[in-house]
Amino acid sequence: MTATLTAKPAPASHFAGPSGSRRFKNGLATVLVTAAFLVALIPLVWLLWTVISKGYHVVTSASWWTESQRGKTFESAGGGAWHAIVGTVEQVALCSIISVPIAILVGIYLVEYGRGAFAKVTTFTVDILTGIPSIVAALFIYALFISTFHGARAGWLVSLALVILMIPVIVRTTEEMLKLVPNELREASYALGVPKWKTIVKIVLPTAFTGIVTGVVLGIARVAGETAPLLILVGYSSNTNTDLFSNFQGSLPTLINDQFANLNHATGGTAYHLDANGNRVAGAVVNYAPDRMWGAALTLIAIILLLNVFARFIARFNKIAQ
Amino acid sequence: MADGDTATQPEGSTNGAAPARGGNPFVPRGVGGDGVGLDPTAPRALHANPSVVGSSQPLAISAGTPSDAPPVLGAGSASVGSPRGKVRIGDRIFLALTRGASGFVVLLVSLVAIFLVVKSLPSILDDKVNFFTSSEWSTTAGNLRFGIAPLLYTTVAISVLAMILAVPTAIGIALFITHYAPKRVARPVAYAIDLLAAIPSIIYGIWGAAVLAPHLAGVQRALYHLGGFPLFKDRNVPTGSLFDGGVVLAIMILPIVTAISRDVFERTPRENIEAALALGSTKWEMIRMAVLPYGRGGVISGAMLGLGRALGETIAVFLILSKVSNFSPSIFSGGETFASKIANSASEFSNPESTGAFIAAGLVLFVLTFVVNAAARMIVNRRKDFT
Amino acid sequence: MAKSIEAKNLNVYYGKFLAVSNVNFTVAPNSVTAFIGPSGCGKSTVLRTINRMHEVIAGATVQGKVLLDGEDIYDDGIDPVAVRRTIGMVFQRPNPFPTMSIYDNVAAGLKLQSGRTRKADLDGVVEKSLRSANLWAEVKDRLSKPGAGLSGGQQQRLCIARAIAVQPDVLLMDEPCSALDPISTMAIEDLIRQLKKDYTIVIVTHNMQQAARISERTAFFNLSATGQPGELVEMGETPKMFTTPTDKRTEDYISGAFG
Repeated sequence: MTATLTAKPAPASHFAGPSGSRRFKNGLATVLVTAAFLVALIPLVWLLWTVISKGYHVVTSASWWTESQRGKTFESAGGGAWHAIVGTVEQVALCSIISVPIAILVGIYLVEYGRGAFAKVTTFTVDILTGIPSIVAALFIYALFISTFHGARAGWLVSLALVILMIPVIVRTTEEMLKLVPNELREASYALGVPKWKTIVKIVLPTAFTGIVTGVVLGIARVAGETAPLLILVGYSSNTNTDLFSNFQGSLPTLINDQFANLNHATGGTAYHLDANGNRVAGAVVNYAPDRMWGAALTLIAIILLLNVFARFIARFNKIAQ
Repeated sequence: MADGDTATQPEGSTNGAAPARGGNPFVPRGVGGDGVGLDPTAPRALHANPSVVGSSQPLAISAGTPSDAPPVLGAGSASVGSPRGKVRIGDRIFLALTRGASGFVVLLVSLVAIFLVVKSLPSILDDKVNFFTSSEWSTTAGNLRFGIAPLLYTTVAISVLAMILAVPTAIGIALFITHYAPKRVARPVAYAIDLLAAIPSIIYGIWGAAVLAPHLAGVQRALYHLGGFPLFKDRNVPTGSLFDGGVVLAIMILPIVTAISRDVFERTPRENIEAALALGSTKWEMIRMAVLPYGRGGVISGAMLGLGRALGETIAVFLILSKVSNFSPSIFSGGETFASKIANSASEFSNPESTGAFIAAGLVLFVLTFVVNAAARMIVNRRKDFT
Repeated sequence: MAKSIEAKNLNVYYGKFLAVSNVNFTVAPNSVTAFIGPSGCGKSTVLRTINRMHEVIAGATVQGKVLLDGEDIYDDGIDPVAVRRTIGMVFQRPNPFPTMSIYDNVAAGLKLQSGRTRKADLDGVVEKSLRSANLWAEVKDRLSKPGAGLSGGQQQRLCIARAIAVQPDVLLMDEPCSALDPISTMAIEDLIRQLKKDYTIVIVTHNMQQAARISERTAFFNLSATGQPGELVEMGETPKMFTTPTDKRTEDYISGAFG
């Protein structure tokens, strides 16, 4: 475009571009928008890299998936996350068993029946539930079951707190998915003389099924990483405890939290560490807490990301979304 | 035709300017089996004029004239309805189930509010200092001295800081995904941002505390030298400042703000975009003219939802923030939020008075997040009215 | 068994809005009646009142009577679900159930209504319905394939098979060809002529040629102005309606002066 640089410009084109300042602003905006995206990728990549690089050699040892942390300290090697995985899976499973049917029924009510004052109240309360901080849910369960009924801290109370957090997630997805089911299908069913409840159970729900399953899986992923209720409602135990209803119970988030507390543990002058059998081994003091922490973090992330990928995979089969 | 009912016809005119309104005595029928009642006053009887029954006016020709109406067949044969007068049992049970589940959820939320109030009220009444303005926190039974002022400040400051960092970035990413990136880039980017949302907050906590915070120390020192006013006054916390927490919280709320902004930007009506482009605007001018004004409500509500989440975030803040003995408003100082204070003190829930103090803090947090979320929803709903 | 339909002083409301006012007509058994008129005139609304389908729209109410062989379907105590079993409906856009196979789509009405039906009986009904809908030859080898995989015209015939599988007395059709290509439309029109033997058919169409081709009687609906209720202007033998209508507005509409 040297022509535009000549002293005596050629007759101006009918299609002169935008002025310099407009072009500059446009370019600046493009740069800023792109930069925003790059900046956002930094923490994602950094975080995932940290967790994977520091955690992978822990999770690749067989004992990680089979042993608990029984009797282990930050000075002793070995042990695994089995106790924590058991606790997390049990707590989340109990939570799901309670939440899923309730939440799906609420979703059905709001979409298929919900008109009038009670539906408005329900929508409003689901909105409130969506915004409840996990610590508040935990405090409520504490106030109800421990302060009032003098129950003991145990895993099932965590499940109950998680129910409060999980219900709104599933209600919302169920609602969205049911709304996606074309009205024509309901009408076709009614026109065949099928009663409303059968239309919902046999036509509407199957059509929205994969979408609802996606919502359930995302709801599970959402609560599996919750930590606040664990801190308040159940003590951390490094032993495997399969009983949801009594005693302390380990879980992946609290395993991470427990290791975090020993992260910068100042060790005394005794130059030894413990081997996997608890015997003193001469040599430099080794702190095993960081490895375990990142290993547990990687385990938790892996479980949750797998759930997410699984949810997306199911969503692909969604008949209505196509 | 033989018509015992009071059929109505409009007054004499042929143009139907005064259409017949239902003057017949039928009650309007509700939606059958759906449990939805209807306002029975709906049909207004305007010009019930029963004197012109069956006239041959051209307006509403009754096709039931003897010439072309076949005789009505088999009087006794029609049997349309099976069980009469009742809503089917299946429908009743199913409606009761779904309504019961909804009732349970409503009850649950009411119980949360009631229990937080009932369990905290005695402690608040017993408080020897002002609950809202004091900065003391001592929950010894019999000598309760607790106030939420520093908790409120820290909670709000760290969340607002997170908003300031996250919202512009989120708008940028949302614009990038919707209007700048080619489709095959946009999709993985959107997926990556959603991944950020899937990572549990405890992981953000350990990463922020152990990895990110040491790197932010230099940034804090540089900012400190820029200005000496209270907000930036260095309190010399090595790591674990409000600033550290705010940055991590910003990363955590980025996905939700991005997702909602993306959603509204995507829905900018094509006509608006084309109208702007047809005026000869550059891409950025088009975005300012069409996309941003259209998406403003959505972005604001997304930001509010992000704020609500930041206010209530517990474990990440709990792991990152350093506790300090003396409160300072500086963002380079440590502190405690409502949530981290409660999580920190789970071991102090030894007696009802002490527990009540923490439940009171939880109640304030509940109200705070409720107000922010309600505001966000109000904005969303108002926007809906326009579209 | 085909039955007659009679509407008496029918007023249809959406909430407080009077959508259709004072409609009276009679439909003979084993006949095809076409409802024509400009869009928004209430012809579909009236059609939906014949099997109480309008009730699934919140706020919709009806005054007046619709008599099926003399029995008022709006009588107190009449179950709308039972009404719809007796009076079937085919919709504007083909709407096979996406989660079901071709077989299950046809069997859906029977299965969902009664719960238990013997497999052999069901097989018979499915085949008979598909044959009646002129679809059997095309789908008999892939009954277990999803119904949504058929072409638009086949889907609509599948929906007709589904509707007649429950053996209704009356078949209502709401612009059943508006989403179809001309060839599929012809197939449906042929089918309608055959179905007349067994059913009373009422069809809404925006296509006047179609009304002229398939119906014995035609009803013209109109509304005088936007915001005014729709009304039945005129109803009569189809040839007469298209050649020498009584009403000026029918003539204008037929001749293309508006609509």
